[in-house]
Amino acid sequence: MAQPARQAVSKLLSGHESEILVEWQKRLKDDGALKSGRLKEAELNAQCANFLRLLRKAFEGGAVDADSEQFAETFEMLGELSSSRAAQGFSPRETAIFVFSLKQPLFEALEHHGGADAAAKMQVNWSIGQLLDRFGLFTIEAFQKRREELIVRQEREISELSTPVIKLWDGILALPLIGTLDSQRTGVVMENLLESIVAQGADIAIIDITGVPTVDTLTAQHLLKTISAARLMGADCIISGIRPQIAQTMVHLGVELTVVSKATLADAFALALARRGRAVTKVRRPESPAAQA
Amino acid sequence: MDRIPILRLGKALLVTIQVDMHDQLAQALEEDLSAAIVKHGANGVLIDISALEVVDSFIGRMLDTVAAVSRVLDADTVVVGMRPAVAITLVELGLSLNGVKTALNVDRGMALIQRHTRRSDDDEDGD
Repeated sequence: MAQPARQAVSKLLSGHESEILVEWQKRLKDDGALKSGRLKEAELNAQCANFLRLLRKAFEGGAVDADSEQFAETFEMLGELSSSRAAQGFSPRETAIFVFSLKQPLFEALEHHGGADAAAKMQVNWSIGQLLDRFGLFTIEAFQKRREELIVRQEREISELSTPVIKLWDGILALPLIGTLDSQRTGVVMENLLESIVAQGADIAIIDITGVPTVDTLTAQHLLKTISAARLMGADCIISGIRPQIAQTMVHLGVELTVVSKATLADAFALALARRGRAVTKVRRPESPAAQA
Repeated sequence: MDRIPILRLGKALLVTIQVDMHDQLAQALEEDLSAAIVKHGANGVLIDISALEVVDSFIGRMLDTVAAVSRVLDADTVVVGMRPAVAITLVELGLSLNGVKTALNVDRGMALIQRHTRRSDDDEDGD
């Protein structure tokens, strides 16, 4: 930014800050910044005032362009603003409009108070435009970053939530699988299962795939790997919960699971109990004397 | 040269692997084990690898070979005490040790061998 332009912007900001602020806030509200109800008016006003104040301070401190170190605070504030907007569920447009809507009030202030030299005004106009574009892009970038962090965190939570190992009986574990089995998840599942086998001293593990939407050759391979690893630890596996369509697909694909499989978890559990020499029987109530008489 | 001790427990033999295996050690173990099976008329071999933290394809193959030799001499091989990390590594290496029986610990392995022995004794009684 050229020196005269810098001074002109600085003068504009210090001389007419409140005027610009009022116009800017009005524009933001007209645009529907408060419509969703996620942002309070006082909060928005404070954010606007804060941003303008930081901008003025940076120019007074001798900032030249967006790369000047005087803008560090401004960028920091924008970063926080974007991530809070992202967390509140605003769209990228709604987030970026915060910066871009400042353009018009600044141009108007320049028009009224910028003096008579049209060429100089043009120059200042261009500088402001460039600066605000940088800020706007930064806002979107920060917004995007925050969203990505959110997605990564959710992914991790899902993978933790969806691989529980349940103890059904002494020495019998169940592993209900939910969702697609990729190699990364298979790793987590396998580790959880093997750790539980050691911890519980289990020798039968039931892998229930009711919640697995599709079984292709790759998924089958992952299942077989898990079963082999469990076998190496001395535990037998039973597969349960293969849905009719999946059974058909598997046969058509030529996928073969070389383990015992049962239609439902209940059947698999009954088999597991039988292998451990136990059975579920109906409780026989002693007949009441009244019935005998 | 170091040798891996072979302990006799009734009709079974117990081998505990606690050191890094190398070619010669494995060779010696194979020889000692086959000699011991014949000498004691053992019908089961327990190989305890709970102390092994690292395995490679060599150990996997060694276990397979020992199992094959014991089978020829009419003894069951049970690998016991494998750690989860070791099991995952072996599976990733494509070695699922199909010819070998497995158990969680020495107790269970012993029970497995005894069950098997009893069954074959019953069969003989039946004849």
